[in-house]
Amino acid sequence: MSLWSALVAPFSEYAFMRSALVACMALAVASGPLGTLLLLRRMGLVGDVLSHAVMPGAAIGFAFAGSALAVLSTGGLLTGIAVVLLMVLGTRFGAQREDASLAAFYFASIGVGVLIVSLRGTNLDLMHVLLGTVLAIDVPALVLIVVIASVVIAVLALIFRPLAIQSFDPGFLRTMGGSDSAYRAIFLVLVVLDLVAGFQAFGTLLAGVPLLLPAAAARCWAQRIGPLVGLSIGFGMLAGCAGLLASYHLNVPSGPAIACAAALVYAVSALVPASRMLATALNATRPT
Amino acid sequence: MSEPSNRDAAGPWLRDVRRGCVALRDLTVGYRERIAVEAVSGVFAAGSLTAIVGANGAGKTTLLHAIAGLVAPRRGSIEIAGAETPADLAYLPQSDSIDRDFPISVLEFAALGSWARIGALGRVPPDLRPRVMNALQAVGLDELAGCMLGELSVGQFRRALFARVIVQDAAIVLLDEPFAGVDAATSGDLLRLLQRWHGEGRTVMVALHDLEQVLAIFPETLLLARKAIAWGETATALAPGKLLEGGLAAPRPGPQLRLAIPS
Repeated sequence: MSLWSALVAPFSEYAFMRSALVACMALAVASGPLGTLLLLRRMGLVGDVLSHAVMPGAAIGFAFAGSALAVLSTGGLLTGIAVVLLMVLGTRFGAQREDASLAAFYFASIGVGVLIVSLRGTNLDLMHVLLGTVLAIDVPALVLIVVIASVVIAVLALIFRPLAIQSFDPGFLRTMGGSDSAYRAIFLVLVVLDLVAGFQAFGTLLAGVPLLLPAAAARCWAQRIGPLVGLSIGFGMLAGCAGLLASYHLNVPSGPAIACAAALVYAVSALVPASRMLATALNATRPT
Repeated sequence: MSEPSNRDAAGPWLRDVRRGCVALRDLTVGYRERIAVEAVSGVFAAGSLTAIVGANGAGKTTLLHAIAGLVAPRRGSIEIAGAETPADLAYLPQSDSIDRDFPISVLEFAALGSWARIGALGRVPPDLRPRVMNALQAVGLDELAGCMLGELSVGQFRRALFARVIVQDAAIVLLDEPFAGVDAATSGDLLRLLQRWHGEGRTVMVALHDLEQVLAIFPETLLLARKAIAWGETATALAPGKLLEGGLAAPRPGPQLRLAIPS
């Protein structure tokens, strides 16, 4: 098998592969900076919970309108934003610790979502909601993903500085007149938007993959925020491309294949600090 | 407390003697069911240097938070004369409120002092870098400007916080336990900075524990135990009876050599 037929032919021959590739690239561009900020804010778990929060709304949309993309996405967006509101209000006024309420949202979302889809649909429908259908992305879905990615990038560019400051010194931002809750809410809504975009391709179980894994891998290679964002985007694109090719050649489901590719990128990256430490240790023991 | 008065200490930097005056009226602040600061009334005069002392849980941090606008009063009011923008009030928090793993260099961190002037979208002015380097030099961190924040020691990080306050150039400076966990050399350097700010006519309030330091350096003291036990000239405010009432032990008598700080 030539390099061309291994790497390029699948995309040049099949329109659905090209659509899937463009969707993965757009998701990588939006998810890179968002995921980097999520991890720097130590909110990786929140990203995961929000990806499930999209599910009940999408499921209600499915129950009423079948798999119409606009309805699924709107439903997902609504429940995602509802959970964001509850989270922001909960940390402001609630007595409950945040991780406890996150666990509740997480399981409630999956439970309610699966229940609603099962009432109206088949097991195959359930699989689509849970794991996505990146190879079935049509032009309207692609437009939605690209528009959402553009909106996310534009808003992030506008408020990147305050979001970065809030990540490590929220008190300073507040003494300077910035609203803690407002920035937090805007940031979480951006995360929900990104997850809604990823929902069609990756389903609720895997929508967090492009958001979290490339950013986690980037942290093994880079220290500064610019390289972190750049590497996150690059790793997201790499995992998307590699996962799609693996799914094509090995005839395996594409969403999980992309998730595995992203996990592989992370695993290799995690070896970088380990190998550095090993090298330092070996150097230290070497007689001079 | 007396009304704010013109002071010899106020330097040319301070044109309006009332600029930087902070008046508390019946200030009560709490979190949920707990009242942390109760019915405190008084005035931090413009250009004053005041120590805020008290036992753990006496409400020192809460009082500073309220003045900095981080928590809203339950009752009463805080009037800050001449602080039109957030830039006029600098707050140096306890170090543990900042996540030092964030990837930011010492230079960038100190430059945040100009945040109120630049904001989310403003252009970084060309004179910012030399200003920040000057501030880092003043705290002895200029050689570490390119280091990441996470690489600093506790004392160095405290110096970086002071550099950020210098860059902010505010009329009112609030410091929350700025010398906790730092060595004598560092606290000596930082105390000299405090005295410089005082000399420049800024209003400086410092929450701290070391009563010897308070007696040696601070002209005025607010002794808190949820309520204000005493507020005024330091020697009077820290009289043995007042200290007892505030739940504090009197400072050990002994040689005060290490407090002799050359100006």
